[in-house]
Amino acid sequence: MNAVATHCPYCALQCAMGLVPDGRGLKVVARDFPVNEGSLCRKGWSATALLDHPERLRTPLVREKGRLREASWEEALDRVVHGIRAIGERHGADAVAVFGGGGLTNEKAYQLGKFARVALGTAQIDYNGRFCMSSAAAAGMRAFGLDRGLPFPVTDLAGADAVMLVGVNIAETMPPLVRHLRGVRDRGGLIVVDPRRSPTAELAALHLRPRPGTDLALSLGMLHAAVSSGLTDDDHITSRTTGFAEAWRIASRWWPERTEPVTGVAAADLTTAVATLASARNAYILTGRGTEQHSSGADQVSGWINLALALGLPGRPGSGYGCVTGQGNGQGGREHGQKADQLPGYRSITDADARAHVAGVWGVDPDVLPGPGRSAFELLDALGTPGGPRGLLVFGSNPVVSAPDSARVARRLAALDLLVVADLVLSETAALADVVLPVPQWAEEDGTMTNLEGRVLLRRKATEPPPGVRDELRILADLAVRLGQPPERFPVDAEAVFDELRRASAGGPADYAGIGYDRLRAGEALHWPCPAPGHPGTPRPFTERFAHPDGRARFRAVDHRGPAETTDADRPLWLTTGRILAQYQSGAQTRRIAELDAEPFVEVHPDTAAHAGLADGDVARVVSRRGTIVARVRLAPGIRPDTVFTPFHFPGAARANLATNPALDPLSRMPEFKACAVRLEPA
Amino acid sequence: MKVVIAGYGMAGARLAELLAARDAGVEVTVIGAEARPAANRVLLSRLLTGELTETDLSLHEPGWAPRSGVDLRTGTSVSHVDRDGRHVLLSDGTHVPYDALVLATGSRPVLPPIEGLAPDAPGVTVLRTVDDFLGAAAVLDAEARAVVLGGGVLGLETAFALSRRATSVTVVQPSGRLMDRQLDAGAAAILNGLCRRHGLCTVLGRGAVRLYPGEGVKLDDGSFLPAELTVVAAGVRPDTRLAECAGLAVDGGVLVDDRLRTTDPAIHAIGDCARATVPPQGLVAPAWRQAEVLADVLTGGDARYHHSPAPTRLRAGNIDLTVVGDGRAETGEVLRFEDPAGGRYARLAVDGDRLSGAILLGLDDAAARITQLHDGREPLPADRIALMFGRSLPAGPAGADALVCRCNGVTEKSLVDAWRAGAADAAALTAATRAGTGCGDCAGRVAALTATLNRGDTP
Repeated sequence: MNAVATHCPYCALQCAMGLVPDGRGLKVVARDFPVNEGSLCRKGWSATALLDHPERLRTPLVREKGRLREASWEEALDRVVHGIRAIGERHGADAVAVFGGGGLTNEKAYQLGKFARVALGTAQIDYNGRFCMSSAAAAGMRAFGLDRGLPFPVTDLAGADAVMLVGVNIAETMPPLVRHLRGVRDRGGLIVVDPRRSPTAELAALHLRPRPGTDLALSLGMLHAAVSSGLTDDDHITSRTTGFAEAWRIASRWWPERTEPVTGVAAADLTTAVATLASARNAYILTGRGTEQHSSGADQVSGWINLALALGLPGRPGSGYGCVTGQGNGQGGREHGQKADQLPGYRSITDADARAHVAGVWGVDPDVLPGPGRSAFELLDALGTPGGPRGLLVFGSNPVVSAPDSARVARRLAALDLLVVADLVLSETAALADVVLPVPQWAEEDGTMTNLEGRVLLRRKATEPPPGVRDELRILADLAVRLGQPPERFPVDAEAVFDELRRASAGGPADYAGIGYDRLRAGEALHWPCPAPGHPGTPRPFTERFAHPDGRARFRAVDHRGPAETTDADRPLWLTTGRILAQYQSGAQTRRIAELDAEPFVEVHPDTAAHAGLADGDVARVVSRRGTIVARVRLAPGIRPDTVFTPFHFPGAARANLATNPALDPLSRMPEFKACAVRLEPA
Repeated sequence: MKVVIAGYGMAGARLAELLAARDAGVEVTVIGAEARPAANRVLLSRLLTGELTETDLSLHEPGWAPRSGVDLRTGTSVSHVDRDGRHVLLSDGTHVPYDALVLATGSRPVLPPIEGLAPDAPGVTVLRTVDDFLGAAAVLDAEARAVVLGGGVLGLETAFALSRRATSVTVVQPSGRLMDRQLDAGAAAILNGLCRRHGLCTVLGRGAVRLYPGEGVKLDDGSFLPAELTVVAAGVRPDTRLAECAGLAVDGGVLVDDRLRTTDPAIHAIGDCARATVPPQGLVAPAWRQAEVLADVLTGGDARYHHSPAPTRLRAGNIDLTVVGDGRAETGEVLRFEDPAGGRYARLAVDGDRLSGAILLGLDDAAARITQLHDGREPLPADRIALMFGRSLPAGPAGADALVCRCNGVTEKSLVDAWRAGAADAAALTAATRAGTGCGDCAGRVAALTATLNRGDTP
């Protein structure tokens, strides 16, 4: 029996897998592919367990007298359209909002943006990728003129002599990627920056453990050390960049001994890290959410990019800077129009030419396209408030668990006149909805994803969805037609939608025009931009020039400012959050799979626990200015004593985001998930 | 509101930047004696080694002042303060009115009573300004010999920088102990050994009595040290001359309150010239903190300056030396570690569960941690070894429940169970348990375990 070629439903590595019939269900088999070399982590191996899970939604639900009951599609869709119309008539088109997800296929993300702007006519659309990729995207954009997570294939990492991972825990979040670091580990060049001794830090030759929220001071200290020790690549700085002098003016004030008390990283370790990167023939700096999910996240990423530019890494084949994307379609999801300020092809919604082009593809007048709307948290926080949206359609996201200050978000959702959630299980957000629409899973549909390398991948349908489930493309078409749109404007076939996406993206920064399903079916490795059918794609976009008009990368003069709130006598510890291997995102999928463990915990240094009167396994309360998390203590001598960690996958009282700070980055609008002040006490 | 800042060093420059950035309608005038942009003093020794240029050290790029709306006057200094008339007279003869005057005049070098010591003579320098360093760098060549008078932090850092360019460098320290203000005898002895290992000569317990510019130095035991370059590094004292002339209270620095106000509420002082609680230490961190507080105060804020002692760091060669608090404190529990051969030393004075002071030489991990513990007044960790060395001792060996394959959650026990159920080689164990199908790191351990089991041994 031939396996159906597809990719894992979870993270941005998008490991290839095959699906074969196994009794009444499907079984996962290995499939060779560059990013995972046939391997998978336990999330991938167990992914099919959710296909026929008893909690799978198989029929629409509508709320009646406070309870959700089963309903027909006709009834459910009519209720949605009736609600949208009622709100629109009283409060205007912007009173209905859309919240998307970074796990949706390119086709769904594209169609969702078009549905919002054309069928609803609302500016109010954003997505959970704002909580994920926005800081790296903003910093990459201003440095390179283009935001592509990794501007090189992951297989390039194998040849590196030094790799510095900043706030990236790949051994836990995307284990098969560790395979590509075998060479650099053998050569003693792996450096990990993380406040705790993560499984990835265990692999490193050098582990720098900064206090949460001080990464920018650390990168400034490293840039200082590079310059003052003569380790910079001056030819590269002169020929391929601008703005070094201004960046140095700030870094010159961050000598390593000044950064040390701010960051807690020994000046000697810092200079060793710089020397390791500078003396390597090939070196990479890769960032992740640890350094990006801050109220100064965009600047923190700029700090790392500045260091990389000074060492001459970006644009040099075999070296570089990259951001390790999180969600499955974290890359593609941010390119095709679910972002509040963007149109397909990574175009700006305020650019007149971009509006004219996209409106032309959509067959509408450019003037009817709304302008930019609120960013994700601002959108959620405005729900049900005067002037804010009264109706919300959620696709592929579970903000009750994943948004910061999540109790506040739940209160805002409760204030809506209409909440519609499309999901495959009754997520914590779906449980609050007025209408719940059941949708298929990855193995039940065709669609494309763009992985962390900017490579477009085809996921193929391996089985039929359960009867009663409707694809999002079909749901959007059904709603659009009911709202008065011509049916031909909202095709339901994924390939047809992708072909339209290609035309809409043509000429934009993320140009997919040359990528067709036929080429993907034939197994071509196509990295965007790929502007024409005969074009080979662009695995390494910066080797000749950067994407700014002058072809140069830009240093950004950024300075350390630290987290939005500070610790004090009442809340003396930093809470930081993250993922664990067995779980994914809000856990709506993975918590339902029996073989993946699902036990919330708070990781604490033994001294800190003892000081709080807690032992291993005790139930503790983690109290911030916003809320309290309850979880079991797990002792870990490798975490900083001033820091505690908890994974964010869990609902209820263990919800990490009950405590996190919704302070936003002024540029990227990223919330501060990674640093908030807490105290620890016995429950 | 007109603010005049007397002094364009690191404190004055910082204050001017902060006031300009606040955009609070403050007119800022900065008076700098040197005819160039303020320099990053921390990096001055890099001018001696040639690693950095004068431009690299500039705190401000050309055009910074007009772009920031700051009236910057360099090459002149304040010669008189008219407190009643609220204006200052500059050495170029002009008058500048002020609503608030900020003294940021810094410090000046101490000149020890040595016959023949003239700081402007060729071959002699006090290494204070950019010109001093550029002049010294010009004297240096491969044959040059240098003598540094003073074995404190500045003297040692200078000596190490000079040793990159000069043929021989001798440090003369009259007190008999290097960094005698910070170190106990044990640390100083090990530091002395490190200096010698690095190729510096040190002469302890001897002072210079006569200086022959460009030729050398005669010591109090009658010996003569030939030197083309003599550097005087006998410490600095706050430059309070202007404050004293203006009749402000001065006691080892211009006295200021927690709003950095002198005895005249229209006059403030920050940086190396100011005494806020304790005498100035010549460190940048408190000076910048004072600039931040004063910027707030001058724009109507209610910030207050609270002194927190900064650590002393020696940045020289590969030496990593940190002193926090009173490193020589004798009260409470004293932990000591001495490793003369390895060039390492630690001395921690502990009072209850708080640190009262520490000296750490060659233990950089611990230094970073201890600095934070001291700054934050945090309770000390129970594990004193981890405290002193910055790292915990490794945990013991893992048991049968420990994960072999983290990616797929496979324990040693589940591998043994699979082997007992008939999975006889590594490939079969992998197929049965998925061990090794994630990151692949455990493949070696799975193979080794298979071999052990197949030999009939207990793992």
